[in-house]
Amino acid sequence: MIVADKKPIEEIIEEIKDYTTILILGCNECVTVCEAGGKKEVGILASALRMYFLNQGKDVTIDERTLERQCDHEYLEEIRDVADQYDAIVSLACGVGVQFTAEEYHTVPVIPGVNTCFLGATEARGLWTERCQACGECILARTGGICPVSRCAKRILNGPCGGSSNGKCEINKELDCAWQLIIDRLDALGKLDDYETISPIKDWSTDRAGGPRKVVREDVQL
Amino acid sequence: MRLKYPSSIKIVRIPCTGKVDILHILRAFEMGADGVYAVGCMEGDCHYDSGNFRARKRVEQARKILDTIGIGGERVQMYNLSAGEGPLFAKYAVEMHEKILKLGPNPLKLAKKKAA
Repeated sequence: MIVADKKPIEEIIEEIKDYTTILILGCNECVTVCEAGGKKEVGILASALRMYFLNQGKDVTIDERTLERQCDHEYLEEIRDVADQYDAIVSLACGVGVQFTAEEYHTVPVIPGVNTCFLGATEARGLWTERCQACGECILARTGGICPVSRCAKRILNGPCGGSSNGKCEINKELDCAWQLIIDRLDALGKLDDYETISPIKDWSTDRAGGPRKVVREDVQL
Repeated sequence: MRLKYPSSIKIVRIPCTGKVDILHILRAFEMGADGVYAVGCMEGDCHYDSGNFRARKRVEQARKILDTIGIGGERVQMYNLSAGEGPLFAKYAVEMHEKILKLGPNPLKLAKKKAA
């Protein structure tokens, strides 16, 4: 999922202080799971903002709404009738949702309420870690299901490097060396011979190096 | 036991303090509460294992939010006691009551009056 983290309330207040009718717009997908932008976080932020502005003597209306997704037109249409009533929308969705909402409602300022961090997994309650950088050409079949692009600090494809020590990475002693994990997993799978195969130079044009990307699927297009 | 505690305190009964959410605490202030405190079981004695620890964390988060928005985080408190400690329950009630008296009313009440 896309992992996001809450923005400090002070930062959000600074962005919206000049508006008087504001919609806090949550998203029921990834940001709900990582407890940054779901219905509950919308309620907490809206409640805090209402109290802040009331305490400041400002008459500000703060409404709450949470959509199934903000990265799909059909769900964004649900606020078509009300969007124009607001001076600004604070979107607690990931950067995709914020931008899609802004594109859909061109004349209403859309302000991000979270910091979008990475594609990751919930390792434990309150702990999310990166697993994928969406490089566009998956090599997990060759690396024991562990991604050196997202989990190796150098993104090297034939590791480990000299900075690997006792299974940890030189940039942080808490951080597992991805290549140590890969070798351990290949060993467990009885596929250590695969490790001997040198990975060819990766085509990074499918990564960000090739500019903004798109997936076109004519087979499912209408 | 028939112990007395201040009549200003309204008890909201929940199955476990683990049910308390930051939102409940914030909404209480939005609705005009001067202070909120959660009374959970002793740490390590939670029937649901970690409900009171969850409550403590949420109380701390609510405190931070209330500090940020100028309401005052010290208006929220977490207490722990066992079900057999009635006198301590009354003592905490008095303690919280006096603390809130010192802090004064919820600033939102004044703000609402000014706005009216």
